Amino acid sequence: MEHASFIFGSWIITAVSVGAYAIWVLRRGRELAKQATREEMPWT
Amino acid sequence: MAKTSGTGTSATRRLGIVVILMLATLALCGLWFSAEDVVQGSTVRIMYIHVPSIWTAYIAFGLAALCSGVYLSGKNRSLAWDRVAGASGEIGVLFVAVSLVTGSMWGRLTWGTYWVWDARLTSTAFLFITYVGYLAVRQLGGTHRQRARRSSVLALLAILEIPLVHFSVTLWRSLHQEASVANPNAKVELDGLMLFSLFLGLVAFTMLFVWLVLHRQRAMMLEDAFSDRGLDVAITARRNEAGA
Amino acid sequence: MSTTGISKRRVVIAVARKDLTIEWNSRILVNQVAPFAAIVMVLFAFALDNDGILQRVAPGLVWLATLFSMLVVIQRSFTVESADGALDALRVAGVDMGAIFMGKTIALMVQLFVLELMLVATAVILYGVEMTLAGFCEAIVTLVVATIGLGSVGTLYGGLAAGARGRETLLPLLLLPAVAPVLIGATRATEAAFGSGGTTVSEGWPWIGLLLVFAVLFSAVGTVAFGPLVDE
Repeated sequence: MEHASFIFGSWIITAVSVGAYAIWVLRRGRELAKQATREEMPWT
Repeated sequence: MAKTSGTGTSATRRLGIVVILMLATLALCGLWFSAEDVVQGSTVRIMYIHVPSIWTAYIAFGLAALCSGVYLSGKNRSLAWDRVAGASGEIGVLFVAVSLVTGSMWGRLTWGTYWVWDARLTSTAFLFITYVGYLAVRQLGGTHRQRARRSSVLALLAILEIPLVHFSVTLWRSLHQEASVANPNAKVELDGLMLFSLFLGLVAFTMLFVWLVLHRQRAMMLEDAFSDRGLDVAITARRNEAGA
Repeated sequence: MSTTGISKRRVVIAVARKDLTIEWNSRILVNQVAPFAAIVMVLFAFALDNDGILQRVAPGLVWLATLFSMLVVIQRSFTVESADGALDALRVAGVDMGAIFMGKTIALMVQLFVLELMLVATAVILYGVEMTLAGFCEAIVTLVVATIGLGSVGTLYGGLAAGARGRETLLPLLLLPAVAPVLIGATRATEAAFGSGGTTVSEGWPWIGLLLVFAVLFSAVGTVAFGPLVDE
């Protein structure tokens, strides 16, 4: 494929940055939920 | 729901699995199965993530403004609106950043430079900076209500500001048209699979956005609850001190 | 919110007069902001060491120097309010926030206008800018209209961060992107007025139109949005 480095590069950048954010959000939620009471988590 | 870990529920877990499957399909279709474009060649493959990213960013900022409007106009003024707006703004900033980076990589291949002073590019950069400012305002401190008020007004101002910036930049570019941009609106011939990839990208990214907002605003709800709790503890301690 | 007997116009005038009196007594604008703006103009000349370039870019430099100086003026305008809780006191007293916005905007506009006149004069003297009479009139109109826009949006964003920690660094981040249309419009209009780069005076008027749209829009929005912004 022509320009493979740029094309894969752009996909990898997207995947890594969005993935890292998603993991951060999940971890943060899990960490906070450990100390939370049931009433503070109305979605459960 | 029996088992809950953190901000997830069985619904978000199912949604997450669907999103991952769709993104995997998108990668296969976009990078492998779909044909190269007649005009753009292989660079069209960047578009399958670039276009959905900016689309998601627009949805995110639109939702942030909508929730901010509801918060300001509503009678009960639930902070939930503010948190959805905040989560949405944060995710929007992420996706604008991604689309600026992927867009400039596409530009390097197509135009030979990472950046051109094209109206659309310039106002997207302003969009990015404006919402970075929005996130900074949310970090200002004060009460949750203050944060909600400030950021809601700002989100609505941004919606007013962005078209104005875009308009003035367009006017500016139209009179200084020396930058030779290979017509960015060149007709792109899309065959079936290319069209499918693009469409799949839009749907997958939108669902990814929904998933992220759900988790993020729940995390924000806990953050708010904890800072309230910290405040309550401090007030009780102070009262006890005063009483003793 | 009721104005409790005092007419809105009188609140506007009182607030504007108060801000200007404080400014006049402290002389911060004259003693600190204006010299700052002048030194920025001199530094631009050092950075762009070429007479031809300076004349060409003089309008842009005038407006950049205005924007940077404006940040300082706005910070001051709201430090005065939040330092002793004056804004809260006015709010508790039931004073119309829209009127306070207008008063502060007018005070800011007067200060900005003085600053801009000084900067244009600096450009004429230091950068060798020459103007026709028509160009001079156009420059004045540009200054007035751009100042209305800058004053409104500056007061609005100044009020947003007033009283919060870290506002000094936040204001430029919020304000500078928002005033980009003013920078574009005012620079083009001033270019036409200065005749820099072979532009003619008539080319400037559409840009003044853009400035006018900005000014009308943000003075209207500011009057409405200022209350909710500083309320609570």
